[in-house]
Amino acid sequence: MTEKYVIAIDQGTTSTRCIVFDRRGQLVSLAQQEHKQHFPKPGWVEHDAMEIWRNVERLAPRVLRRAGIELSQVAALGIANQRETTVIWDRLTGVPVGRAIIWQDTRTDALVHALASSPTAADISDISGLPFATYFSGPRLRWMLDHTPGLRSRAERGEVLCGTMETWLIWNLTGRRRHATDVTNASRTMLLDIRSLDWSPEACEFFGIPRAMLPEVQASVGDFGTATEAFPGVRIGAALGDQQAALFGQTCFNPGEAKCTYGTGSFLLLNTGTELVRSEHGLLTTVAYQIDGEPAAYALEGSIAITGSLVQWFRDQLELISSAPEIETLARTVADNGGCYIVPAFSGLYAPHWRSEARGVIVGLTSYITKGHLARAVLEATAWQTREVVDAMNTDSGLTLTTLRTDGGMTADNLLMQMIADVLDVPVVRPLAVETVSLGAAYAAGLAVGYWPDLDGLRQNWHIAGQWLPTMNPTTRQTEYTNWRRAVERTFDWIQPT
Amino acid sequence: MPGTVQSIERAAAILRTLAGGPGRLGLSEIARTLDLAKGTTHGILRTLQLVGFVEQDRVSGQYQLGGALLHLGTSFLDINELRSRSIVWADPLAARSGQAVRIGTVLEGRVLVVHHVFRPDDTFQTLDVGTLLPLHATALGKVLLAYRAGSPVPELERFTRLTLTDPKALASALEGVREAGCAYEVEEFLLGQAAVAAPIRGYGGLVVGSIGVSGPVDRICDSRYQPLPRLVGYVRDAARAISRDLGATR
Repeated sequence: MTEKYVIAIDQGTTSTRCIVFDRRGQLVSLAQQEHKQHFPKPGWVEHDAMEIWRNVERLAPRVLRRAGIELSQVAALGIANQRETTVIWDRLTGVPVGRAIIWQDTRTDALVHALASSPTAADISDISGLPFATYFSGPRLRWMLDHTPGLRSRAERGEVLCGTMETWLIWNLTGRRRHATDVTNASRTMLLDIRSLDWSPEACEFFGIPRAMLPEVQASVGDFGTATEAFPGVRIGAALGDQQAALFGQTCFNPGEAKCTYGTGSFLLLNTGTELVRSEHGLLTTVAYQIDGEPAAYALEGSIAITGSLVQWFRDQLELISSAPEIETLARTVADNGGCYIVPAFSGLYAPHWRSEARGVIVGLTSYITKGHLARAVLEATAWQTREVVDAMNTDSGLTLTTLRTDGGMTADNLLMQMIADVLDVPVVRPLAVETVSLGAAYAAGLAVGYWPDLDGLRQNWHIAGQWLPTMNPTTRQTEYTNWRRAVERTFDWIQPT
Repeated sequence: MPGTVQSIERAAAILRTLAGGPGRLGLSEIARTLDLAKGTTHGILRTLQLVGFVEQDRVSGQYQLGGALLHLGTSFLDINELRSRSIVWADPLAARSGQAVRIGTVLEGRVLVVHHVFRPDDTFQTLDVGTLLPLHATALGKVLLAYRAGSPVPELERFTRLTLTDPKALASALEGVREAGCAYEVEEFLLGQAAVAAPIRGYGGLVVGSIGVSGPVDRICDSRYQPLPRLVGYVRDAARAISRDLGATR
């Protein structure tokens, strides 16, 4: 019998990867292609959706060749994608109308402020489960419709289509036949009714989005058609937002199970089961996943905007290190932070503060501080931001986190993992799969086609690859947390209202 | 992006090799260390000699670093960078072999463990990143010794009855490592324990570390105390995948 495999496409913020996984959920081969970041104005960030699709076409044969397998050996294809990034394209020609506007883009700032002060704004937040922020895609769509001449009437006539990146890829993979999104991606638009799991007529009306341009909302694990391009003949079994995919890849299927993915930003998601939990402490209510024919699982999400990107800033803007992993080498040249704290509120603070007017600070500078202390403060910023989100989560959910499952590129940083265990005072565990986002998409797709029998089968693939136990003494932890919170307060109200 | 120039990568690897050794090295020694053809190596050495980066002893014909380059010393790949670049391939190795995986590099005459993946059975284990192991008594260390031409041989301390403590026996074992492209250890460091390791190569073939699996002898070896070919294959594949990501061309 020929061995079968599952392929995941991880369409991320800086690159697109295709990964082949085997039945144990282990990586067999990987191919990756970066795409260009366009910064037309301060605060604006765009991607060329066509470039991203071409990259997928290019990666497909490469990843198969590296695995030494044929298309016929691929049981299913799953997609995980950067969330909230939005593109509009022509239904007939397939050409995007302008570039995709990505999740970090803050051009809708004024629009969001105006919309948020509308009398029905609270209802929209209640329907969608989301606060008003430039982060989500609904306001972005509205902006595109407002700023592209003639686009609104074309949208109303159904001549243009819109979608987040998984929708764009599914449409292209299926030879422009399937215009579909999954519930997790749809739950990040502010247009989805988070209870009925379909587009909310009130929300679409509120944002002025014609229903005709929106994709069909489907279960994350189900049927997105069969590819005719890039991977012809392969069934597309699943699509999930990248953070939800990571939760799935970590096999956090039970209420109370949580993971934190450390990348450009960091995202802690807690499975709350079929119960929809409203946060009182700045967390988002979001769909975790839905298996076709079953009720959706929900999650509470703590989003941290800047973690890995602080290390990148340290490397590219300050030029104190030449590669990201060297931050650990530099941080280990000193024993502590020397009294120095960095709060990276580069574009405001996300969870649990949601302060868009905050800006970053470095405090506690003395002539004693070296670049080693700064490197430590960079890593500690990620640890303390995690602590703030975990505290909010414990309060909102009424549960107490007992272990933190981590994944993402920054889990290679042993010092950071130890710091997180120390400041949370719980063990930090890294599973035997760093590429959890891709793995989650693969798991979901494999589940859809029966490659894996059930969730329990997937759970058996989960093993501990590394564990860090807390060693910090409680007094130090308390003092340092107090200092961190004082540092955070100093970022507030920096941008003055104009 | 313009392509990279292979001969420059190799030249840099030759300079690293010369910088890492205590004195002069012969042509064949250098070629063997980097797994390069003698002709290729000779061409690059002559070029480096021409620009003054390398000097050749008139009497012995051996090579050493040119005076201008001596300060370049011995800075290898940053250990945290090595871990970061290896991590995606170390995990599948642990899953396929069912054993613990370690990645090592040389620090002051010992093996420094820079990455450790637990044996995937969810039993309680402790990370031993930062631990130092003997070079001559471990598979990880033998790989590192085998590809460091001219390195001083450490003191050959005895750990078990099977530890190689005779310099000649060790030299011939290292020759075997270079021929096979991987190293074994069977009860030479810890009783009941065995290991298999292979070199991680950077640009130009320079060995920057070693990756291996270790576990109970009966899980690593067959009944004649030979490592299971399946395991050796997994270790080599992982080493090759990391090397490719680090820019090794072969």
